[in-house]
Amino acid sequence: MQRHGAAVGVAASRVRFEEKAIMAALERRRVPFQPFDTRTLWLDLQGEPRLPYAVVLNREIAQTRSAYLARLLESFDVPTINPARAVEVCGDKFLTSTRLHRAGLPTPRTALALTTGAAASAMEQLGFPVVVKPLVGSWGRMVALVRDREAAAAVLEHREAMPAPQARIVYLQELVDKPGRDIRVIVVGTEPLGATYRTAGQWRTNAAQGAVSTRCPLTDDLAKLAVAAAEAVGAEVAGVDLLEGRDGELYVLEVNHNVEFRGFHAAHGDRVDVAGAIVGHALRWVRP
Amino acid sequence: MTQLCPECDAAIAMPEQAKLSEIIECPDCRSELEVITIEPLVLALAPEIEEDWGE
Repeated sequence: MQRHGAAVGVAASRVRFEEKAIMAALERRRVPFQPFDTRTLWLDLQGEPRLPYAVVLNREIAQTRSAYLARLLESFDVPTINPARAVEVCGDKFLTSTRLHRAGLPTPRTALALTTGAAASAMEQLGFPVVVKPLVGSWGRMVALVRDREAAAAVLEHREAMPAPQARIVYLQELVDKPGRDIRVIVVGTEPLGATYRTAGQWRTNAAQGAVSTRCPLTDDLAKLAVAAAEAVGAEVAGVDLLEGRDGELYVLEVNHNVEFRGFHAAHGDRVDVAGAIVGHALRWVRP
Repeated sequence: MTQLCPECDAAIAMPEQAKLSEIIECPDCRSELEVITIEPLVLALAPEIEEDWGE
């Protein structure tokens, strides 16, 4: 069934380095494409619209809107990259952890507590330090390193005061004693494109927290683990974050479905064409 | 082509082919600005980061 058009849709509410690179790659390949602002989209569920898209690259920055965008388009048989299920799984740290764990991949020890009181008990049993993360969120924001009982009480009190019910569901994770950096591997399809170290002067090593990206050799272990992690969450385009423990063990931390690659590009230059690979992956949905 | 920053009135050199929804930072006041229309080219303050934004 092909009732829709042949263009590649580029869905975004903020056009940044990544979205411009993707559109430039589409232009270079002379692929018809239509960018659209997700903030203007609505569709009548009883309608039978002919949408101009053969596939939509979902670059929406807001997780909630991104997930509903993917579900909405899929309900009209427009495939999205990433698929809606992957957006939902990657956008929720607990769902991601369960998928990674079920796939047998190494992850930091993780617990989920259903109240702040239960979280306090969990911390006592798991021991300090412990990392408390919001279920939904990115760029290292609102992630707290809790070193003792007093800090735990403060963090949980803040959680209790937050209006969203999800704030009282507490995701806890062991602090991995990493060497001041983490590793980002970008996977497109089943191909690992490359890796970067992200090094910071603080314990959070997110690029958005000021970490600096440098080239990291893509070893077989990194490549296999990153591809397996992307597969575990159903992501076709993925930024897989890994940690190195002091024992040399690698851990999968999370998988990002809306991967940012400005830092990756700064580290690798034109040797690795992330935008081109994403476009190449999307072309399988576009009729010749 | 230049545009004035809607926050501080500084002149901003625009990219040649500005895209709709493109984010541009004012070099003077560091405000994040969004291209809200192309013809005519209009800049407005970009929305603040929301809790569920990210990768």
